[in-house]
Amino acid sequence: MPYQEEFLLRAYRSMRTIREFEERCIAEFMGGNVPGFVHASNGQEAIAVAACIDLSDSDIIGSTHRGHGHCIAKGCDIGGMMKEIMGRSTGLCKGKGGSMHIADIDKGMLGANAIVGGGPPLVNGAALASKTLGTKNVALSFNGDGSANQGTAMEAMNMAVVLQLPHVFIYENNGYAEGTAANYGLGCDSLTDRNAGFGMPAECVDGNDFFATYEAIKVATKRARDGGGPTSIEAKCVRFDGHFIGDPQLYRGKDEVKNARKNQDCLKIFRDRVIKEGWLKTAAMDAIDKEIKVEIEQAVADGLAAPHPDPVTDLMSDVYCSY
Amino acid sequence: MTNNSNNAQVAGKTSIKTYRDAINDAIREEMRRDPTVIVLGEEVSGGAGCDGEDDAYGGVFGVTKGLMPEFGRERVIDTPISEAAIIGAAAGAANNGLRPIAELMFFDFIGVSFDQIFNQAAKFRYMFGGKSKTPMVIRGTVGGGWRAGAQHSSMLHSIVTHIAGLKVVMPSNAYDAKGLMVQAIRDDDPVIFLEHKVMYDNECEVPDEQYAIPFGEAAFPRQGKDVTIVAISNMVTHAIAAADILAEEGISCDVIDPRTVSPMDDEAILESVEVTGRLVVVDEGNPRCGLASDIAGIVAEKGFHSLRAPIRTVTAPHTPVPFAPELEDAYLPNVDKVLAAVREVLGA
Repeated sequence: MPYQEEFLLRAYRSMRTIREFEERCIAEFMGGNVPGFVHASNGQEAIAVAACIDLSDSDIIGSTHRGHGHCIAKGCDIGGMMKEIMGRSTGLCKGKGGSMHIADIDKGMLGANAIVGGGPPLVNGAALASKTLGTKNVALSFNGDGSANQGTAMEAMNMAVVLQLPHVFIYENNGYAEGTAANYGLGCDSLTDRNAGFGMPAECVDGNDFFATYEAIKVATKRARDGGGPTSIEAKCVRFDGHFIGDPQLYRGKDEVKNARKNQDCLKIFRDRVIKEGWLKTAAMDAIDKEIKVEIEQAVADGLAAPHPDPVTDLMSDVYCSY
Repeated sequence: MTNNSNNAQVAGKTSIKTYRDAINDAIREEMRRDPTVIVLGEEVSGGAGCDGEDDAYGGVFGVTKGLMPEFGRERVIDTPISEAAIIGAAAGAANNGLRPIAELMFFDFIGVSFDQIFNQAAKFRYMFGGKSKTPMVIRGTVGGGWRAGAQHSSMLHSIVTHIAGLKVVMPSNAYDAKGLMVQAIRDDDPVIFLEHKVMYDNECEVPDEQYAIPFGEAAFPRQGKDVTIVAISNMVTHAIAAADILAEEGISCDVIDPRTVSPMDDEAILESVEVTGRLVVVDEGNPRCGLASDIAGIVAEKGFHSLRAPIRTVTAPHTPVPFAPELEDAYLPNVDKVLAAVREVLGA
């Protein structure tokens, strides 16, 4: 068996937690318990988990506006996340960030980012710190297909190559840059080919396949940690929900999402594979499913019961450092 | 006959229009009139290259919906997510015979494209000795109230107002939005057109015909003699509400909406303060080096001898925009804060 049972169960648990968390976020948003703009990552769980499962808290990730899954995969507390997304003072960012700006520096999660292309230059910085300080930490940026067309992303890729930074650029290509086809916004046929043009190894994987994605990122992460510089990994995946929760998604084809949920669900694909190979038993995964339902239920209950920020004391705090 | 925001009588056929539809009207009619007017930005139509419906968004708040079906993708251009390239293309096209309307979606995205705005487009006319013209409009949605957090809720109008060469327009109602957009499109300089995201469904009577509102002419939504309240964009809504409450107490407020903050109608403000001797400025932006302090500075310098009380500003605090509803509500100026400031300058 090429994978330890413990590893497989941990991967499955993390993916299922993201799925359950996101679907519950959608329900809570629709129920009025989550304010603002929320972008759910259900459907894309395998990439987040494949990328983060071997990382330590001192390895760094930078995320996107669709960042809940990356947080969970990196080990952020789901209770603290739910409170943050609900805008409560005991949330990960004291209710000041919200879904689009959620971060947990202690876990090496530099932040979701509401500016498309905002992340990769910052993750270069984390990688530069690692290289300069000799910590051997790696830095991974999650990027959408749309952000690949931002100058910031291209500048960051070039600089990462020039400085040989330990940075793995992960492009989650879910086929849509918001409500525009990913291949409309990309001038060439292949994002991976274009990224290779910056002078780094670039690979395209099936992001619905946890194992394929994991193996590719593992190689890239090792290369970065060993001083071999950056890599680009494009992982093709499916976004089950809209660009944002509530997006009517008129631009998507009829039955597209229904078919994707049926045939391209990374969790189903994972389960089918591990059962077929005889690596895990159905009952073990079903048991995890049940546990996670309870955990998410608890996170929502705790979130709803959590205190709201104080408009007098909390509004003006944390703008600058205190002396 | 109907009332516009300027309390003047408007002749001709009018309709009740939202702020959103008024802007759409202005752009549509200008595109019909002038084939050099184009629209470009992220999902100004939406659904490009997709299997589902075309024109799926019409801009993130639906302002440009319906333009692509009428004018085609040649003139209503969905771009990649590349703000610097969008603004640069608009500026370069404006130098070369087009009148582009570029959309930045959330104006917070100005950060990605700022060089193309302030080092390039803004400076061409002056830097090239008056031989270059850059007739472009940059649209963006500003302001809080949507619980959209720090990176989708900024105002940032003071930053662009600071830059010589840019004109900055901030309509507070549908009537002004239409007339100012028409002027923005016809104008031969780069115009920053800032739409407040909580105002898109606000309605008022809007003439069906095209009309241009000149830049630098304030509107006077309420007239009075006791206190001058200068407000812009969505803050005008609060200023009017406060003035109406105070009117019942026998306090008359002169509410001034500059409508464009670059150029700005300084004279209207100074003339009003000459009568009232008291000034409150309401601005949703951050307080430091902001529009409110700019207006206060103009009045302190040129209208000092008219003042009978210290000037008061009502602004956001000097913080990023918070996410949690309680914090965002505390962050934003509101009617109560305007009332308190007016009472303070009256010594009440």
